[in-house]
Amino acid sequence: MKYMLIMRSNDQAVEDYENLDFTEVIAAMGAYNESLIKAGVLLGGEGLSDAKEGFVVDFDSTPPVITDGPYGETKELFNGFWIIQASSPEEAAEWAKRCPLGPGSKLEVRRVNELEDFPQDNEWIQKEAGWRAEAEGRLSAANPAE
Amino acid sequence: MTDTDAPGAVEPASGDADPAADHARRAVAAVWRIESARIVATLTRFVGDVGQAEDLAQEALVEALRQWPAEGVPNKPGAWLTAVAKRRAIDGWRRRERLDERYAALARDLEQQGAEASDTFWDPDTIDDDILRLIFVSCHPVLSREAQIALTLRIVGGLGSEEIARAFLVPTATVQQRIVRAKKTLAAAKVPFEVPEPNEYAARLASVLQVLYLIFNEGYLPAAGDEWVRPDVSAEALRLSRMVAGLMPREPEAQSLVALMEFTASRFAARTARDGTPIPLDEQDRSRWDRAQIGRGQAALARADAIGRGRGAYGLQAAIAECHAVAPSVDDTDWARIVLLYEALGRLAPSPVVDLNRAVAVAMSTGPASALRIVDELVANGRLAGYAPLPAVRGELLRRLGRTSEARSELETAARLTGNEQERASLLAKIAALAPPAPPAD
Repeated sequence: MKYMLIMRSNDQAVEDYENLDFTEVIAAMGAYNESLIKAGVLLGGEGLSDAKEGFVVDFDSTPPVITDGPYGETKELFNGFWIIQASSPEEAAEWAKRCPLGPGSKLEVRRVNELEDFPQDNEWIQKEAGWRAEAEGRLSAANPAE
Repeated sequence: MTDTDAPGAVEPASGDADPAADHARRAVAAVWRIESARIVATLTRFVGDVGQAEDLAQEALVEALRQWPAEGVPNKPGAWLTAVAKRRAIDGWRRRERLDERYAALARDLEQQGAEASDTFWDPDTIDDDILRLIFVSCHPVLSREAQIALTLRIVGGLGSEEIARAFLVPTATVQQRIVRAKKTLAAAKVPFEVPEPNEYAARLASVLQVLYLIFNEGYLPAAGDEWVRPDVSAEALRLSRMVAGLMPREPEAQSLVALMEFTASRFAARTARDGTPIPLDEQDRSRWDRAQIGRGQAALARADAIGRGRGAYGLQAAIAECHAVAPSVDDTDWARIVLLYEALGRLAPSPVVDLNRAVAVAMSTGPASALRIVDELVANGRLAGYAPLPAVRGELLRRLGRTSEARSELETAARLTGNEQERASLLAKIAALAPPAPPAD
C-alpha cells in the first residue's frame, strides 16, 4: 500500500517555523527522511515553495477562473508531501508520528489509489486496451522472462 | 517462547471482542515492522547470538502487547523494546547462574545507566552497521537458500512465520522449523556478527542480492496460489532491497537491483488479466504501467551509474528492463540496444537463457533469420534440452520465415514441454492459426 503524508501548517506555525534555526530544521527533517530511506519505505516526496508563489484554478464558474493565493480563505497551508510504502494504515500512522513537526502542524495521511481501486470494466480503460491490442501478430515471446 | 510470532503474522482479529485491544495489537505490529531489524541487530551485538537476540526481542514484544494497550505506545518504542529485551537477557543469565564476568559487566553497565541506557545504546550510525551485519548473517553461506530466505524475511523484514508461509505456499510449521534450524546452524557454526572480510565481501554481497531477488521473483512470476499475497512478497523484497541500497550507497549492484525490481514491478498491474491469465509483454496495456515506479527505477539506475564502476549483471538487466519500460510500444522499443545489452550480459554472466533472450531481441531488431542462427546453436549444444521456451521461440521464428510445417512441429514440442496451462493454450492457438498442412503426397 502506498500512503501520502501531506504536511499542513497554520499561518502561526509557518511563522514560528521561519523563526527557528534553519539548520536545525534541516537537520531534523534530514534525519527523518534518512530514517524513511534506510527503512526502504520512502517512494517520493517534495517540499512546496512559499504559498504566495502559487495560485488556484477555481471551477465554480465556466471557464474556470484563476485566482491568486491558494489559501486566501483557509488557515491551513499545504507545504509538502511524502509518499511511502507501508503494509498497513497503522504502519503509515507510526511513520507519520515520527515526523519532526510541532504545534500548529498537521500531517494528513491518505492512501494512494492503486489501479485495482478503479472499475476494470470501465469503458475508457477497455478502450485504451483496445487501442493497444494492435500488437497482434508480433513475436509473443518478446520477453521469455515474462 | 522460542518461536513466538510477530503480531503481524496473526490475521486481523475480525471477531475480536475488544476493539481497543485489537487496535493496540495493530499498533504494536506496526512498530514491530519498523523497529524489529534495529532491535534484533542491537541485541545481537549485546548477546552475541542472532537466535537468542531474536527470541529476546519476541519476548519484549509479548511484553509490549501486555502493557501498551493500557499505557499507550511509548515515545521511543524501539528503545523501550530493546531495554526490556536486555533486562530479560540479564534476568535469564542470572536465573541460569551463568553470570560470568562479561555478563556481569554488561548487567552493571545497564543498571548504572538506568533509564538512559537505551538512548546511549541507540546510536543511529552503529545501528546502520548492525543492520548491515544482520543482513549478512541472515544470508550466510552455512545456511540453505530456503533458510536464508526465511531468516531474511523474519529477522530483517520482521515478517511472521505465517506470512512467510503464505508467501512461499508452504505450511507454517515448515517455515518455523526452517527458522529454528537456521538459528541453530548459525550458533553451531559460531557465525560472527560482522560484515564479511574484504576477500569474501563481493561473493557474500552477491548472495545477499540474490536472496532478495529470489524473494522478489517468488512474488512476480506467476505460480499457483493466492494472487493477492504475491505482489506483497515482491513489495517486501523491494523494500528490503531499497534498505540494502540505502545502507550500501556505494555498491552499484545493490542500486541496480532496486532499479531492476522497480522496472519489473511497474508492470504488475498490466501483466495479468482479471481472471489471472498472464498477458505477454507485447499485449500489455502500457498505460497501466506505473510511471512513478519507472521513474524511481531510472533514478536508482542513475545512482548505480554515478558510482562509476560500470554495470554488473543486475545493472545490465535493469538497463534492458528500462528499454522496455520507456518504450511506447513493442515496435518502438530500442531492440538494437537490447541486443547489445544482452551481448554484454552474456559475456558477464554466460547463460543459454540469456542467449535465447538475445535471439528474441535480434529477431525484433534485424529479423528472424539471424535470430534463428543463434537459436540453432542453442539447439546444437543441447544445454536447453527440455526447456519449453526454446522450441516456442524457434517455432515462432520459423513461422515468421514461412517454414510452416517445421514451425508446427516446434510449437507442438513447446506445448508438450510447458508446465503452464495458459502457455500451452496460447501455443495451441498459435498452431491452429498456422496454414493447414499440405495434404500428404500419395
